Amino acid sequence: MTSQPDTGGHFGPYGGRYVPEVLMSPLEELELAYEAAKKDPAFHAELDKLLTTYAGRPTPLYFAEQLTKHLGGAKIYIKREDLLHTGAHKINNCIGQALLARRMGKHRVIAETGAGQHGVATATVCALFGFDCTVYMGEEDMRRQRLNVFRMRLLGAKVVPVTSGSRTLKDAISEAMRDWVTNVSTTHYLLGSALGAHPYPAMVRDFHRVIGLEAKQQFLKAEGRLPDVLIACVGGGSNAIGLFHPFIEDDGVKLVGVEAGGRGAGLGEHAARFAGGTPGVLQGTRSYLLQDDDGQIALTHSVSAGLDYASVGPEHAWLHDRSRAEYVSCSDADAIAAALVLSRKEGIIPALESAHAVAEAIRRAPSAAGQTFIVNLSGRGDKDIDIYRENLKELDAA
Amino acid sequence: MTRISRLFEKLKAEKRCGMVAYLTAGDPSPAATPDLVAALERGGADLIELGVPFSDPIADGPVIQLAGDRALRAGTTLAKVLEIAREIRKRSEVPLLLFTYLNPALRYGFARLAADAKAAGIDGCLLTDASVEEAGEYVRVMREAGLDTVFLAAPTSTDRRLKLVAEYSSGFIYLVSRTGITGEQQTISDSALPLIERMRALTTLPLALGFGISTPEHVAALSGQVEAVVVGSAIVRQIEKDPAQLEGFMHSLTRPIAKTALS
Repeated sequence: MTSQPDTGGHFGPYGGRYVPEVLMSPLEELELAYEAAKKDPAFHAELDKLLTTYAGRPTPLYFAEQLTKHLGGAKIYIKREDLLHTGAHKINNCIGQALLARRMGKHRVIAETGAGQHGVATATVCALFGFDCTVYMGEEDMRRQRLNVFRMRLLGAKVVPVTSGSRTLKDAISEAMRDWVTNVSTTHYLLGSALGAHPYPAMVRDFHRVIGLEAKQQFLKAEGRLPDVLIACVGGGSNAIGLFHPFIEDDGVKLVGVEAGGRGAGLGEHAARFAGGTPGVLQGTRSYLLQDDDGQIALTHSVSAGLDYASVGPEHAWLHDRSRAEYVSCSDADAIAAALVLSRKEGIIPALESAHAVAEAIRRAPSAAGQTFIVNLSGRGDKDIDIYRENLKELDAA
Repeated sequence: MTRISRLFEKLKAEKRCGMVAYLTAGDPSPAATPDLVAALERGGADLIELGVPFSDPIADGPVIQLAGDRALRAGTTLAKVLEIAREIRKRSEVPLLLFTYLNPALRYGFARLAADAKAAGIDGCLLTDASVEEAGEYVRVMREAGLDTVFLAAPTSTDRRLKLVAEYSSGFIYLVSRTGITGEQQTISDSALPLIERMRALTTLPLALGFGISTPEHVAALSGQVEAVVVGSAIVRQIEKDPAQLEGFMHSLTRPIAKTALS
């Protein structure tokens, strides 16, 4: 399974390359450039150097002793991607793609962002590499992630509000694709999740595999064996596939992806693609989709902008169908409650996205004595303080 | 042979460049579309592209995006567009091409779509985001039902890709005049003529050029180069602004054609 995808970018029946013809040759070019970079030791040397000296890798694998005691079951380790520069795992992929863009001679970089973490990481590498940077962000997401909008502008990026559709991540991706179609000769599209047309899902995964590679080594050192369960939140699914991928061949390791359960089970109330979706094609790739009977993409809801997306990375779809990974969902309320627990027990305020993974660990741990978990803490919670305040009003009153 | 192929034979015999007119079906309402198509036909349109609205139209500019939103709000579905086609067929033999994105077609089911589209009087289909690499089954099913499959060729397409586009297309090939999304523009991109030449060297299929063609001047400049020109956003904008003047508007775009003959 590690040889996935095939040469057409397929993970089983998923993935592939479904874009207007204008983008087909540029995607072929990107694929060739990435294949060449993968084989070039100088590329890896530079990537490793920046990941170490600039982004702050390796990130710790932290034994959450207080949380473990509090839950009284499984032993919980936390992979601290929240400690990376810019506050989330997104920087791993951005550094990789920025190096690639430079090799391809592109001077302009565009990106979409949901929660703003990928936008901030993109703006950061563009500042570092001297690229002109434009980030597309849904108007609704700009409202709920104001702090990240300002961070991007501080870093010199242009943030363009997207007012079409649901004004969230999906619409930001469509707008970024329209920009790319128009400016493809000068511009690299720095896609932020393991989504989109081939080679993006495999390339973004590869840049995040460092999460799982480190975690495996760190866990073996700490416990002398492999973990029982890996837990990560899944929006597009980049942090999850980065953690999962090096463990896919390890059959004894259970992989658990956590989708946004939102505020209810009805279409439009959540972003749980595996619970309520069916296979289809959106924004370049074939995967599970939340859609209506006419094939129109459904609106989604999550308190977490980073998980609020109607589709999911195609490799997750394939892991799902093969039952190699299990996908569950967590409600808005449970995610916020989990963030409070982690803050109080471990002194770590998680991003709302990552809080979904924490919630699943909290749910499973009490009945899993003797087992070990690794929870991917993909981002830190500073950007979400406004939303936490809105939902935890009693703390302001105290 | 579909109405599309017969049209291009007729155009060849008449030494005339064809006019392909796009409109978003169901904008402003499904009931309005047959009359709008009739107006386009009276204005000189030779082939109608019936756009099926999709919630996430990545290849479209703001004019067609908004038309799609209006059509979806008015309850337009793929099934509804096939009803509209049946309505059009009651009074017209104009060739009809379904123009949409892959997901609504996938959801409907290729086999069911091919059968229902044929029965409704549709002549062919173009799916903007169905790359030739992913289109094998779709092309087979459509062709078996006697429908044409039209694919896009772009200035960025390599010759290897243009060959594939020619192989998978029937009826005609749709050349995208520029790297970009749909929408009107002042001048036609310099990339259009080299693309026409490269494609011509690889196929005998008729070529239609679109994206950005919106004025009589554009039509006059291009109608000697290709078998047909495509106008989309300018028509959609006219429908939004003043549908009563649609026939006259279409006529203003087809008038320059009569003076030009394809060499």
